[in-house]
Amino acid sequence: MTPSKSLPAAAGAAAALIGLTFVLEPFVSYQLATVCAYLCAIAGLTVLTGSGGQLSLGQAALMAGGAYSYALCANAMAEAGIEGPVLLLAPLAAAVLGAAAMGLVIGCAAGRLHGPYLAGFTLALVVAIPAVTSTFSEMLGGDQGLWITVEKRPDALRGTVSNEQWQSWLAILCAVAVMAVLHNLLRGRFGRQLRAVRDNSAAAALAGVNVARTKIVSFTVSAAAAGLGGGLLAYVTQSASPGAYSLVLSLYLLMAAVIGGIGSLTGAVWGALIMVFLPHSINSFTADLPVSPDLAQRLDGNLAIAVFGTVLVLVILLAPRGIQGLITAAVRRFRNSGTEPLPETTAGTAGSTGSAGPAGPVPGTASLPTKLSTTKGQP
Amino acid sequence: MAVQHTDQSVPPRLRFSDISVRFGGLTALDGVSFAVPAGAVVGIIGPNGAGKTTLFNVVCGFNAPAAGSLELDGDTFRPRPHHLTRRGVARTMQGLGLFSGLTVLENVMLGLEGSARHGALQDALALPRSRRGEARLRERSLQALDELGIASHAASLPDTLPYGVRKKTALARALAGSPRLLLLDEPAGGLTHEDIDELAGIIRAIPATGCSVVLVEHHVDLVMSVCGRIAVLDFGKLIAEGTPAEIGANPAVTDAYLGVEPV
Repeated sequence: MTPSKSLPAAAGAAAALIGLTFVLEPFVSYQLATVCAYLCAIAGLTVLTGSGGQLSLGQAALMAGGAYSYALCANAMAEAGIEGPVLLLAPLAAAVLGAAAMGLVIGCAAGRLHGPYLAGFTLALVVAIPAVTSTFSEMLGGDQGLWITVEKRPDALRGTVSNEQWQSWLAILCAVAVMAVLHNLLRGRFGRQLRAVRDNSAAAALAGVNVARTKIVSFTVSAAAAGLGGGLLAYVTQSASPGAYSLVLSLYLLMAAVIGGIGSLTGAVWGALIMVFLPHSINSFTADLPVSPDLAQRLDGNLAIAVFGTVLVLVILLAPRGIQGLITAAVRRFRNSGTEPLPETTAGTAGSTGSAGPAGPVPGTASLPTKLSTTKGQP
Repeated sequence: MAVQHTDQSVPPRLRFSDISVRFGGLTALDGVSFAVPAGAVVGIIGPNGAGKTTLFNVVCGFNAPAAGSLELDGDTFRPRPHHLTRRGVARTMQGLGLFSGLTVLENVMLGLEGSARHGALQDALALPRSRRGEARLRERSLQALDELGIASHAASLPDTLPYGVRKKTALARALAGSPRLLLLDEPAGGLTHEDIDELAGIIRAIPATGCSVVLVEHHVDLVMSVCGRIAVLDFGKLIAEGTPAEIGANPAVTDAYLGVEPV
């Protein structure tokens, strides 16, 4: 989809999802809001790790940056007596900017690292969150975190729209906007630069790509998306605490991105859905099991992690491109099954030489010999 | 042999002046000086480890010289890799240097980075400037592919294509930005004799576009047939420079690289 078509598509998707909330239970609307929050973070990870090849285990830290930025901004505005839409939008903007600033600083350091060193560096970030909140406990609330004064749904909607439904609307709009922006970025010049740096940084530099700047921008963009996700989560849960943004969340986000299909933004959607609904389904399942309360307590939460891990291993082994890769392959097979096979001679020619260049050089350009395209030699 | 005319009144396109590069205790280049005239095809030959690619890496800013200087069209040149295309310098890499996750067209569009004027913000918001910029890059890239006869492969991923097409893709990426200096690092590697003949035709045609070419190549016949001048490196030192005929008759070159006919 071209960038110019992505905005109408995004608007259509947002309208459809908002319409869907009218038939959903309030709790499912709440779950949909959390899906959207996680989707922002996973989509950011898709840009950074999937397209940029930079493995980050610190996405939860960036979400925390967004959540705390939201909390500090919202509480400060509430104390100043500010109300209305600005109390909704300004903290979300603060969440994006706060996390993006974190990403910019982290990216400056992380841009020099790659592979396990980068993973280790970003791991340290997420591990450091409790220490940071404890050190600055007066401002960040220590281990308990911060309670947030949030702007509720407009008075005009009270009675017709539940609070959960309103939360999901906000989250849907934010997530759709993030997906549209990231889609446009990946389809454009920045996306090419990012994938070029991932594939061959020396060749990218020779082509004119500023490798260091590309890595820093990708960290910043990914952090901004994660920050918005953190801000949404803070809005939905009305709190920001270090326990909500642990290493486990970082690993969940990465696993969700891989299971969904890390090279694709659509894969991030599957990942976010799984991240929210799989643990819920498993917990519902274990609650109905005829087991002792002691065993049920041990299974609660842990079984979801085990299932998640098993699914991850199976996906890596059987479908390295994730759920989206499976869907894409299935669609391609379906389309191919409906087309007439090429005559043998034509197919053979097309597949063996690649010599079928178009007519000669474009008028007004220097002409160069064009026969090398028939080469079949290998290095 | 290619006949190339050079104007002595204009500065050379590229001048190496006493370039030395050291890696710890190893001297990779030792006081190398020679010039690449504007509109010329200059070959650099020598045995493995002679310093040919290191010389390219100096021009590209990957290796900083311990001593010596570079001049590009008479101006002192302190290269940085991602600024090269803006200075009109393009390079192909040993092997292919293609981006396997990008289509052929996207690979070539990256060769126009130096002239792209739209940024990430315009892309993200799908602003008209971004659309116009992308359309311009796409058009010029298709034109570059068309000139080499591989525009039909624009939407393919490089790994799915024959090796010759991939080589041409790398060449199209380098040529797309209309460079004034093109560095070709072993472009004939992996090609058949027939393909090498075709490559020779492409290289001979490049100076007509106003671009000088520096060719590092082990395929001596190709170098002899397309280059107006040849520099010979051995153990980091320039041991000879001259026309192909002069190089072919130079006993020092014969001893170091070309070898002697068996009796």
